[in-house]
Amino acid sequence: MPQTPMPPMSMFRTAVHPGLWEHKGKVAAVGVGHEGTARRWDGTAENCIGAWSIAACRKAIADAGVNPADVDGIVLDTSTTTGAHWPAGREIPMDVVQKFNQTDDPLDGIAQLSGEWMVKNMPELTNVKYIMTGPGCMSACIVVAAQAIGDGLAHTCLVLKSWHNLDGRYYQGGANAEPTISGNAKWTNPWAGPASLGTATQFQRYMYKYGKSHDMMAPFMQNSRHNGLMFPEGYWAQHRPEELPAEDYINARWVAKPANLFDNDIPIMASAAYLFTTAERARDMKQKPVYILNHARDNLVARGFGGFPTLEECEEACANVGVRLHEGAGIKPDDLSFENMYDGFSLFHVFHLEGLRTHGIGLGDALDAFQGDISISSPFPISPSGGNIGSGRTRFWKHTDCIQQIQGRAGARQISVPANIGVSGGPMPTGGNFTVWGSSPD
Amino acid sequence: MPKQSPVPDALDKPYFDALNEDRLVIQNWTCCQRLQHPPAATCGGCGSNQLQHMSWKQVSGNGTIYSYGVVYDSPIAVLQADQPYNVALIELEEDPGVKMLSHLPGRAVDDVPIGAKVKVIFETTPATGQKVPEWQVVS
Repeated sequence: MPQTPMPPMSMFRTAVHPGLWEHKGKVAAVGVGHEGTARRWDGTAENCIGAWSIAACRKAIADAGVNPADVDGIVLDTSTTTGAHWPAGREIPMDVVQKFNQTDDPLDGIAQLSGEWMVKNMPELTNVKYIMTGPGCMSACIVVAAQAIGDGLAHTCLVLKSWHNLDGRYYQGGANAEPTISGNAKWTNPWAGPASLGTATQFQRYMYKYGKSHDMMAPFMQNSRHNGLMFPEGYWAQHRPEELPAEDYINARWVAKPANLFDNDIPIMASAAYLFTTAERARDMKQKPVYILNHARDNLVARGFGGFPTLEECEEACANVGVRLHEGAGIKPDDLSFENMYDGFSLFHVFHLEGLRTHGIGLGDALDAFQGDISISSPFPISPSGGNIGSGRTRFWKHTDCIQQIQGRAGARQISVPANIGVSGGPMPTGGNFTVWGSSPD
Repeated sequence: MPKQSPVPDALDKPYFDALNEDRLVIQNWTCCQRLQHPPAATCGGCGSNQLQHMSWKQVSGNGTIYSYGVVYDSPIAVLQADQPYNVALIELEEDPGVKMLSHLPGRAVDDVPIGAKVKVIFETTPATGQKVPEWQVVS
């Protein structure tokens, strides 16, 4: 795949007390574009991840009402996999490849996505000068784009994250099917299991430490699916418009107990793009600007295996992020109107939420909070986006929701309290990126 | 319980060689007096990569169950026949910050006492005969 540059670590705010973000309120989100959801790729050119990415970007540009020639930046995650990689030896569908202006890698636009591919296939983007990777997910793309605009490296920037999903069960096969194991996996594979096992051990420890039960997650899961069904761009709303009754959740089969089927977000294909610009330019655009007040990153290095940080390490990382987010945005924890922290796997939403130390929710309190009103009508709505649980594994519903809530465009999901300040980010409790969004630049 | 056989490399060969002699050794970075597992080419405390700061310390093989999960849907082929199975995180007596994984042989599924004392045993993996550490609850 053609190289899309990686951002320097200096773009990420990791200091324990980073101070007010130097670009607070000077960068704004002004456009949102979503294209498609599907459980798996159908093999057609019109539904390949490249085509959906183009469509999402064009929608974001149109939503913002900008001239494509004004776009001078694009930040994207070049990895598009949900865990499904193109199998070695599988024939690449050249009829799909030939429908696009291809780079030197035929899988570009099918099972990965370079900045070069996007620019080659969006001829209306005639002035893109800043192309950068947001590694891992939309949360990182947002941080990189916001910092780049603040630093003057771009003024009108597309922020893109896409996901492909192929047929078959992912993570099966390859090294996992072999009798021996090398590399880092040698420390876990002989014992371990699915990706959610690490989170399961953290949540098990959480229940032991605070005297809680898995059943106490049910109201959160119901609320998330309910909110997701009000997200017209989401997978469940589009394909399986079913509420999630508590008993269905509680009785679902285990994947890695205490993580069950519904705690594991469903892998899907999807694409979303945002348009970011300077606060100054945003004033004249079509949509109400949503100002970025701060971004922060967790940089805690867990002592244990990859995927197996301890509960205490998760709690420390989330608490650090909370402090960084509030201080850098110049807000108090209770200034948050709502939260859209990450939830795929659902169980660690508890850790993210408690790290914010907001609205009386401290360590060991989240599951108790879930037993009260956490709906979009509550004084402090929990995950009004519905997150990955409500709309499928993309890691971007939460960001879209923050933008739309503050713009007053969240439709049926619009929260009852004034949506002045929201927070979103992820993915994992250790190593994530997070953003504070505001209706006012101040 | 059959497992994949880990393949040693130059860095971790002393660890796996010791297991084959029924000894548990852990990488020890003397620059920070820090036990580290899995082994790495640099000290996780200070970043040193000076080999004179790195040694292997034999530990007692005593530990405590920190937490666990029960796997019902593993992507690892050789483990699937034994589903569901326990996966416990064991913290070492010498340094609870060092964790190891275990299937807790002899323990019923989902009957895992967090906080219980455990003792290491050495289990042979089928593909190569390489031994790996396993842990049993001390009654």
